[in-house]
Amino acid sequence: MAEYSLKTPLKDEDIKKLKAGDKVSLTGTVYTARDAAHARLVALLDDGKELPIPLEGQVIYYVGPSPTPPGKAIGSAGPTTSYRMDPYAPALLDNGLKGMIGKGARNDAVVDSMKKNVAVYFAATGGAAALISRSITSAEVVAYEDLGAEAVRKLTVKDFPLIVAQDCQGGNVYEEGQKKYRKE
Amino acid sequence: MKELEAAKITEVVALLCKEANFELEDDVQDALEKAFEKEESPAGKEVLRQIVENSRIARSEQIPMCQDTGLAVIFAELGQDLHITGGDFETAINEGVKNGYTDGYLRKSSLADPIRGGNTGDNTPAVIHLTLVPGDRLKLWIVPKGGGSENMSRIAMMKPADGVEGIKKFVVDNIRAASGNPCPPVIVGIGIGGTFERCAQLAKKALLREIGSKHSDPFYADLEEELLGLVNDLGVGPMGFGGITTALAVHIEVAPRHIASFPVSMNLNCHAARHKYIEL
Repeated sequence: MAEYSLKTPLKDEDIKKLKAGDKVSLTGTVYTARDAAHARLVALLDDGKELPIPLEGQVIYYVGPSPTPPGKAIGSAGPTTSYRMDPYAPALLDNGLKGMIGKGARNDAVVDSMKKNVAVYFAATGGAAALISRSITSAEVVAYEDLGAEAVRKLTVKDFPLIVAQDCQGGNVYEEGQKKYRKE
Repeated sequence: MKELEAAKITEVVALLCKEANFELEDDVQDALEKAFEKEESPAGKEVLRQIVENSRIARSEQIPMCQDTGLAVIFAELGQDLHITGGDFETAINEGVKNGYTDGYLRKSSLADPIRGGNTGDNTPAVIHLTLVPGDRLKLWIVPKGGGSENMSRIAMMKPADGVEGIKKFVVDNIRAASGNPCPPVIVGIGIGGTFERCAQLAKKALLREIGSKHSDPFYADLEEELLGLVNDLGVGPMGFGGITTALAVHIEVAPRHIASFPVSMNLNCHAARHKYIEL
């Protein structure tokens, strides 16, 4: 289990060295999107229209933060479950997205697309939302304000603690980790 | 007849919605700290370390431990000799939810129409389970319930012939399939018996019990212990990264059933098992 510090935007050489189970500390810009925003982004791609955020080398964090209290950069901001974004992720990966942050395993279609496009899926600790919010130094709504918590935000993160959940070679921390501790 | 002002209910519900989201109850906190000590998997231990630290931050800064502050589920036992004045019960509860979720900077996750959407803007309506009981008190359990673990919950209308073995298979198969999605370590609420809807409600109610408490019937207490062992043998571990802590507790609630039916339900709660109780 190696440890890396990475900066966004992510490059192919950053991603190729990552193995499922590695610890990553991420710094830079990440964009937020969950179910409703993904549906809109992919509809724009289908229509050949321009997206409100860049995708090339970027990282999307699946999060709907709680409202920002006075004096804070953001409210509590832990990951939501990623499988709900599986139907949309391959289209975004085909258009340059390099990283995704969420919780829980991805399906085969996403894994195939990650292999093809050299991309990585990170897991953050679900429910550690107060802790994670300390890694977020700024947040700004950049699209779909009408979606409230689900709006697309541009976040600046510093040393965001992540685990490589599924890598671009098909490595999977869920399968590999659970096999070690299974007593059936 | 004893009287209780609706405004008092609103005030208490608002306060407890915030408290529940900021401060983990001692039973859950203790169980998580013990799990951290015992966990053998390095990734699992790191997750538990973060979870324990997270709850300390949430408590000290009075911010939500999880961004998913849930739908407001409220169990209420209303004494039939208590008269609520100055407003109706349901409005009083919903006003409390609205005030608590607004003042507390809690996330509003309630969509007005399940298909066409539209956020209600204040996290109402609450999901209220009201029972009329003897006496003149009002007992309230405020249980904010997040979507991640709710989505991995299941109900099955099994055959009576499936029996106890069928229940074990149902629980183990569904926890294995849920993997890291419901934010393990989870608390597993199991409902056995009743009708379709009663069974689901039993599983939810089972989540209210204190961690470490046993069913009063030794038969079910033994089954709870056996199921906890089976679930933890799956190796799912904290956040699904592998480990010996998949569930902190299994709680069973039962009800009489129809001779032809054998309903079994499983309601999961993530490690952020939030609930507050008050008696008025």
